[in-house]
Amino acid sequence: MSLLIKGGRVIDPSQNIDAVLDVLVENGKVKEIGKGLSAPAGCKELDAAGKCVVPGLIDMHVHLRDPGLEYKEDIISGTRAAAAGGFTSVCCMPNTKPAIDNKAIASYIINKAKAEGFCNVFPVGTITQGMSGDRMAEMGELKEAGCVAVSDDGKPVCSPELMRRSLQYAAGIGIMVISHAEELSLVGEGVMNEGFTSTEIGLKGIPRVAEDIATAREILLAEYTGAPVHIAHVSTLGSVRIIREAKARGVKVTCETAPHYFTLTDDAVRGYNTNAKMNPPLREAADVAAIKQGLKDGTIDCIATDHAPHHLDEKDVEFDAAMNGIIGLETSLPLSLKLVDEGVLTLPELVEKMACNPAKILSLGRGSLASGAVADITIFDPAAQWTVEADKLQSKSKNSPFLGWQLKGKAVATVVSGKIVEI
Amino acid sequence: MKQFRHKDIIALRDLTKEEIELLLETAESMREINSRDIKKVPTLRGRTIINLFYEASTRTRTSFEIAGKRLSADTVNITTSSSSTTKGETLSDTALNLLAMKPDIIVMRHSVSGSHYFLSKKMPNCSVINAGDGTHEHPSQGLLDMLTMKDRFGRLDGLKVAIVGDITHSRVARSNIQGLTKMGSQVFVAGPPTMVPPGVEKLGNVIACATMKEAIQDADVVMMLRIQQERQGKTLMPNAREYARYYGLNPVNLKMAKPDAMVMHPGPINRGVEMSSYVVDGDQSHILKQVENGVAVRMSMLYHVCSGEIE
Repeated sequence: MSLLIKGGRVIDPSQNIDAVLDVLVENGKVKEIGKGLSAPAGCKELDAAGKCVVPGLIDMHVHLRDPGLEYKEDIISGTRAAAAGGFTSVCCMPNTKPAIDNKAIASYIINKAKAEGFCNVFPVGTITQGMSGDRMAEMGELKEAGCVAVSDDGKPVCSPELMRRSLQYAAGIGIMVISHAEELSLVGEGVMNEGFTSTEIGLKGIPRVAEDIATAREILLAEYTGAPVHIAHVSTLGSVRIIREAKARGVKVTCETAPHYFTLTDDAVRGYNTNAKMNPPLREAADVAAIKQGLKDGTIDCIATDHAPHHLDEKDVEFDAAMNGIIGLETSLPLSLKLVDEGVLTLPELVEKMACNPAKILSLGRGSLASGAVADITIFDPAAQWTVEADKLQSKSKNSPFLGWQLKGKAVATVVSGKIVEI
Repeated sequence: MKQFRHKDIIALRDLTKEEIELLLETAESMREINSRDIKKVPTLRGRTIINLFYEASTRTRTSFEIAGKRLSADTVNITTSSSSTTKGETLSDTALNLLAMKPDIIVMRHSVSGSHYFLSKKMPNCSVINAGDGTHEHPSQGLLDMLTMKDRFGRLDGLKVAIVGDITHSRVARSNIQGLTKMGSQVFVAGPPTMVPPGVEKLGNVIACATMKEAIQDADVVMMLRIQQERQGKTLMPNAREYARYYGLNPVNLKMAKPDAMVMHPGPINRGVEMSSYVVDGDQSHILKQVENGVAVRMSMLYHVCSGEIE
């Protein structure tokens, strides 16, 4: 089984390639990249003229809700949404029911994804048992079972002592800790960013310092222990600054942001729009500018969606009662491509943030089109115009603030291990 | 007669100066009905009003009920203790079930800011009136406060109004700021910095003051807000005693306001905390006048959402 992707703009930052070339795939691996490659007998050909051909996109932060919350999303629908959005791999967070805090749940996810999924699924295990914030989970076994990181995403590890020990222990095993950086006592009953908008519409505010203080704590612990840490969903100007300074000092810190944090401000909450409610909350214009600057100068390593599907019943309620989170897999690529149009990132830099860096940070053995690499490839049309419509989204849930938006850029083929995914 | 073109009254932020003037003018004429021996007119005969109260209320609920009855509407009261909410029914389902009974107006108080907009979307043919939503707005209170000030001064334009207390968590403050700004008054707010929200000055014609003294100095109106000890007591202030000392209104600091300044409070009052009893019961207090005007203002609101062409 072979595939020849012809005449696309091949962008592979791992090899410093950005040119119109052909990519030949054989037996699930990249065989060769070059000009005017000829197709071997029986080879499928894909015309990629005018399209970009890049290492398969990786979303290192999604919620697939399986097991236990399949009414929101499951491994099948979630990976279908991922493939539709151009992702060849996703890392799923462990706040399922039960949580991914043991080998059995991790294996269930991996096996179901292999059998029925539309893209690769790398589970993230919990830091603490049952995400209780009480005792460490069996990180060794979680890694053996195939978990690529640990995180209590959705809530912070409140105890600095437990976080310190978790960082140290995880470093010994060689598994990355992803921190949900949030100081709950500062969040209180807040439901949106604290600022002028919360003042005007009378919703309780979450101050930015609730994130900043937690980011600073994780960095200090990483610095003290020498262990690496990855900060999830960075949303504030303060966090970007703190991470930038830490990186300059040589602290082993990496981080990600999500498309909504560089696309929307808390103005989107006006009208009490529950599809603009997430945690961390949408911030203000100065934060959006800082996130973009952080992406540009390399402070922010990755773009991940924090894809958080919720049922209509959980969003079509009063604002305070609505669940936090929005779906993102199918809008991430076009929203991120806007950064290229705006001159924030070059296309190769975008590919680094959406493929190479997540692979590197979590040692996924992907994110490259080098000869012999797993043939996970995303082919997208950067100019394709389309409108986000609820009934056309593959995700089971439709909780997106971008419904009705006119977007530019769309995946046209998602290739996983050499095979074009049929959605 | 000028027409009111809204289906709902949810926030004074949504109304124009002319619409607020209309509501106040009508309230003035409603007051005449309230002074008659037989306090009833047939204006809303055959209309059904549901008072849906998810939070405790004495004044506001009674006031809306009396307002409805004086206009001959049929009024029904639902409070949380007797509603389906205790059985776990969502606001959406409660709304749809009530709607099936064909009410003309639902007057709701709810603890979540913005829940009236949510309710209104579910009921295109029924008016929604906000009797207080979370920490957002309390438009009938804002209107009755403005009516009481207008009674006293004959105008709202150019008045200096001090609002003192927990501005952050006050829907009364927000409605007054929105309304008074539109009517040309100048609002001075003061409170412990823990109780003043970011960007408060951008809400309208508002000046945030560092001290209470600065706010009430030469004020025409001093409006004190209720301190909810169960809420603010935790982290926003040391205790009621210290609060009373720095942010309480008493006969001494009241002298800093204009000699004929009026004192207001939306109730219920914590005597001895935000206001001393000497001020509550003193000559400058207009607190009971506020309550009296509440009925007239609510009659005006009920009348206007039921009449006229809706946009």
